[in-house]
Amino acid sequence: MDLRLVIQLVVIGLTFFMLINASALLVLAERKIMGFMQQRYGPYLVGPHGALQPLADILKLLFKEELRPKGADKWLFTLAPILSVTAAFAAFATVPWGAQTTLFGLLDTPIKLGVADVNVGLLVIFAITSMGVYGIVLAGWSSNSKYSLFGGLRASAQMISYELSYATSLAAVVMLAGSLSVREIVDSQAGSWFGILSHWWIFVQPVGFIVYAIAGVAETNRAPFDFPEAEQELVAGYNTEYSSVRFALFPQAEYINMTTMSAVATDLYLGGWHGLLPIRTPIDPLIEQYGLGWLVFLAKVSGFLFFYIWMRWTLPRYRYDQLMHFGWKVLLPVSVVNLIATAGIWLYFNG
Amino acid sequence: MAETLIFYVLSAVAILASVLVIGQRNPMYSVLMLVLSFAAVAGLFIQLDAPFLAVALMIVYAGAIMVLFLFVVMLLNAATEDHASWDQTHPLRHPAVTRFGTVFALLLVLELAYALLRGNDLNQPVGSQATPQVVGSVRELGRVLFTDYVFAFEATSLLILVAMVGAVTMARREGEQR
Amino acid sequence: MIPLGHYLIVSAILFALGTAGVFLRRNLITILLSIEIMLNAVNLTFVAFGRFAGSVDGQIITFFVITVAAAEAAVGLALIIALFRHRESLNPDTFTNLKW
Repeated sequence: MDLRLVIQLVVIGLTFFMLINASALLVLAERKIMGFMQQRYGPYLVGPHGALQPLADILKLLFKEELRPKGADKWLFTLAPILSVTAAFAAFATVPWGAQTTLFGLLDTPIKLGVADVNVGLLVIFAITSMGVYGIVLAGWSSNSKYSLFGGLRASAQMISYELSYATSLAAVVMLAGSLSVREIVDSQAGSWFGILSHWWIFVQPVGFIVYAIAGVAETNRAPFDFPEAEQELVAGYNTEYSSVRFALFPQAEYINMTTMSAVATDLYLGGWHGLLPIRTPIDPLIEQYGLGWLVFLAKVSGFLFFYIWMRWTLPRYRYDQLMHFGWKVLLPVSVVNLIATAGIWLYFNG
Repeated sequence: MAETLIFYVLSAVAILASVLVIGQRNPMYSVLMLVLSFAAVAGLFIQLDAPFLAVALMIVYAGAIMVLFLFVVMLLNAATEDHASWDQTHPLRHPAVTRFGTVFALLLVLELAYALLRGNDLNQPVGSQATPQVVGSVRELGRVLFTDYVFAFEATSLLILVAMVGAVTMARREGEQR
Repeated sequence: MIPLGHYLIVSAILFALGTAGVFLRRNLITILLSIEIMLNAVNLTFVAFGRFAGSVDGQIITFFVITVAAAEAAVGLALIIALFRHRESLNPDTFTNLKW
């Protein structure tokens, strides 16, 4: 068998394995960080310092009874969580996570670390993440419960509204990098300005990055924008009627979506695997020389995920009308002005 | 060989899903089947070297328009048509008016079949003319869109503005002042 | 390579299905969905012919069709909501009065 094909398959399997683990580790990380922020221990009984807690959680959920409410739509009730988690996994397909490597001279031509490299990769990510809405909306509708229905309605309105600002802020980066392929966008951020500042798009697009971060939180339905599952108003929102494995798939999809959002932010704004810190350090050439860019990528993604969790346990939830007001009347105009200004400045210098 | 197989599978999915859109009573299922049909057609677009358009179709249709449809179905709580009303309104049990519609639909099918049979170069393979680099490149698409078709593009933006204002005006409750 | 005619046949079948839906169904939402099927069938024809001719013009027309379809869906759904408020029904046969 072809060695290259085997390695490509291993890379794909590794990506899948990392995503599954990311969702488990994020559960633990979230509970530990929450405990730290509320001055308590968090989970500490299972394994050393509670490290095996996710395993215990999964086992508990697996052994629970699977309930389906009377009057629920039989097919869609089962389909919704599957759709949710499939879209979450598939969205990572065109996210590259490491530079081209020959694996220390094992291969003749370098292999790309990442599942697939498509020339419209960014749009593919965008298209598949927008499929994730269906999982939540269908879960809300098929449960035949008014709380779930409200959760689904809120999810559809919220995700359509914030998709616009999200896409508009990404368009500015696409314009600067001159490509829709995520790998080419990352490679456009290699090097540095004046040998000091890393050549990251966040320094050119600070407004775009802030808009992306806020819209990304809203897209993944995380606090402070977690309206589809707002406990105080809707019991548990769209997943009120779910239990056991079917329930477990929703948080898993949510955590994987968070990872994808963070990975895209890292690739587009934070230089991907180029440059560990915003300022050039002496170890940057060493990282490129030994092909350790994927570790840098992982570090940045973890940092962004920490920011996500930090935000959840710091900020109180918005009100629903405030959310719509903020999305349409603040975030969208800001991102459109940012796009037009970027285009104008780019034309002035390069036109 | 694989290409031909993929073509037939995608076409079959598109057609079957479309049949199910119009062939059953639950509007929710209709919307979902239409999404499936769009996904299959997007696959055909990729086969025709139009990846940008395939993704745009998924983002705009499946990601936005169909979610809007779902939103309306849920908002109106438009439940499955019950058996009585389905029977009552079913075209095959309805007075002559709807049978006219059936006749016209069949006429259209005949006309389309006639037009297809008269075509000259239908047996030529699709990809025989140009290299996929030209047709499939987003750069070329953007260049033509913003030079040759720039007036149509601007006209579309006006159309969207009108549609937006129209939709907001119509969906607003009467006498509501905001 | 697949002959051009096959794409046109698929597109014709989809278009006929859409037409049949508009003529036969008595549910406003399904009628709008059938119109979307028809528009999509036309898209397929344009892209197939564009690929056949080796130019991007077919794709650009499709681009415009998608935009117009979005506008059409927005207005159509707003109309449906407004009508439903008055009659609590989605059957077009209940909207036969000129004034109410």
